[in-house]
Amino acid sequence: MSVASPVAGPVIEGVTGSVQSTLARIVRRNGWTIVLYLLLAALLLLARALRSGFGPADIQSLAIGVMPIIFAAAAQTVCVISGGIDLSVGPVMAFTSVTAAALMKGGSEESAIVVVIFVLLLGVAVGAINGALVVVSRVPDIIVTLAMSFVWAGAALLVLSSPGGAAAEWFKDLSSGSFLIDWLPKALVVVLVCVALVWLPLRRSRLGLSMYALGSSPVAALRSGVDVNRTKVAAYMVTGLFAAAGGLTLTMITGIGSPRPGDYTLNGVAAIVLGGVSLVGGRGGMLGPIAAAFILSLIRINLVFLGVEPSYSTVIQGVILIIVVMIGGLVALRRSRA
Amino acid sequence: MSASPGTVSEVAAAGPGRTPWRRRLSEQPTIPLLFLLLCLVLLLFLIQPGILNRPNAWISSTIRFATPLALLAACQTLAMLTGGIDLSVATIATMSAFVMATQSAGQGDAVAVLLGIVVGACMGLINGIGIGIFRVQPLIMTLGTGLVGAGLLTVYQKFVLTAGSSVPDPIAWLGGGTSLGFFPNCLLLFLPVAALIIFSLRRTGYGRMLFAVGDNPIAARLAGVRIWQVLLVVYVLSGVLAAIAGIMLAGVTKTAALGSAEGLLLPSVAAAVIGGTSIFGGRGGYTGSIVGALILTVLVNLLTVLNAPQPIRQIIYGAIILAVAAAYARLTGER
Repeated sequence: MSVASPVAGPVIEGVTGSVQSTLARIVRRNGWTIVLYLLLAALLLLARALRSGFGPADIQSLAIGVMPIIFAAAAQTVCVISGGIDLSVGPVMAFTSVTAAALMKGGSEESAIVVVIFVLLLGVAVGAINGALVVVSRVPDIIVTLAMSFVWAGAALLVLSSPGGAAAEWFKDLSSGSFLIDWLPKALVVVLVCVALVWLPLRRSRLGLSMYALGSSPVAALRSGVDVNRTKVAAYMVTGLFAAAGGLTLTMITGIGSPRPGDYTLNGVAAIVLGGVSLVGGRGGMLGPIAAAFILSLIRINLVFLGVEPSYSTVIQGVILIIVVMIGGLVALRRSRA
Repeated sequence: MSASPGTVSEVAAAGPGRTPWRRRLSEQPTIPLLFLLLCLVLLLFLIQPGILNRPNAWISSTIRFATPLALLAACQTLAMLTGGIDLSVATIATMSAFVMATQSAGQGDAVAVLLGIVVGACMGLINGIGIGIFRVQPLIMTLGTGLVGAGLLTVYQKFVLTAGSSVPDPIAWLGGGTSLGFFPNCLLLFLPVAALIIFSLRRTGYGRMLFAVGDNPIAARLAGVRIWQVLLVVYVLSGVLAAIAGIMLAGVTKTAALGSAEGLLLPSVAAAVIGGTSIFGGRGGYTGSIVGALILTVLVNLLTVLNAPQPIRQIIYGAIILAVAAAYARLTGER
């Protein structure tokens, strides 16, 4: 979907025009992201209008619910931008979540820090395995990660056969409550800081540039001296890191670990597509998917406020996704003809 | 995408014997697959010699369970040949089975089955409109329709909860029955369908257009193929086949529960991939997918017999899918 390219990859700009044209360019380039944030604001206002009591507590529960989806979307974004797709994000989240819960059980509060670091490294290792298999086997990404989704789901079941484990108190506190002001949920701050800490330096780095190049055109990237295989593995490692962070938030929210993968793979893919990341690769950024993750959840909440039966909300969510991508397809068609 | 080494110099450079052998394998991908299937079956016999006492029962039960998977793999094969994928097949299969089972009491068996197939065709039509006309990525479109379908099913379930559901006897006979003591009845339906698909892919104009569109859409368009029509028909066909798969599955299990076919989605993709159909389009065929479906069914059987714990089974299952796909990529030199 090439509706727009929010936060497009680093592009060398020639002459910078006047302030006006710079502004116009920003709007043109990030048009879709701006639309998404306007939509997000509208949905929040709608929620407030529908339920007068909609306040900080609701925002907090929204942010807590969206946390794992944001990490799943962030994981998928990195992978898709570099021209791959990772269908094992959900199972990897389950695997890292149960590992964290199993290790934290019985451990002291301090040792939980070590567990968190270990689980993040585990995610990187899992990603490295996925990426290495893609490179070595020469099988398309979608097939490798599809096969690996069975493997990681099995690994999750090996760690804990049924929901269990525990989480440290300070760890659980990370997602509850607010930060500084009532309207700013701590969960939101945590997730944004985590994503920014990894993504912002990465996007500006040589590796980030290589990832966008690889996603745009593997052949061109190779000819320009990008180490294609290493970039691919690195992208999957970052994907694994975000997936592990998502798994940690699952443990953080529930206080336990569940070996059953949720719908996070599909939710993540839906969020990045709505967020303007092109599935073909090489286009998109992190701001769009984050907004999209919130929008998808807010639509559900607003439908509940409207008194729509919860069973309809899946239908409506799917219909919205389809309509958005169809509009995207139409816009792309228009552009290619123009 | 020309995978087989074509020029004379390449053949000469690769040394005698090796390249013609590879070339033959890449042209006939089903031969190594059949060999793998044979190995798995032999391994199963070694581990569980008791099967040999009643081989007919084992063979017919394997075929009964492989048939719905093979039909879903047909959906993936058709979609993948055009460079797409259909992730809504499992939901469509469940929908059709559920509609059939709930309508059979009130509408009669024949109408119920027809309704189930119509549901599949409609879902396929929506996919086709999105992918063919609006040029939406197949992955996303079918993901979306899968979501919508699953939601619609829960809504529908609330309305018909009181009616109850039952699988019509003829369907149970067709899906789960055997004739003459060994012949699984599902083959009565599956063999003609499979023959039709294989024949159409190889010999008809539409079949060639599928390959053309998947191999190089621009060239196909310049050659006068109306791509949107080809894609529309592919996804409608995929929907109908998924509906038939769901109905057959209901016949095998004698129930139509929500989510009954969900577990077959990823194996259906895997069966097509193992069978040598390229996910990038333009290469492959249905024969391989059928063998792929059989391999996966025997594999599940084998892992059950081994009595391995569930997680180990899952890990081995994934590893073997990956290994076969990788071996296939190496064998044919496909990139």
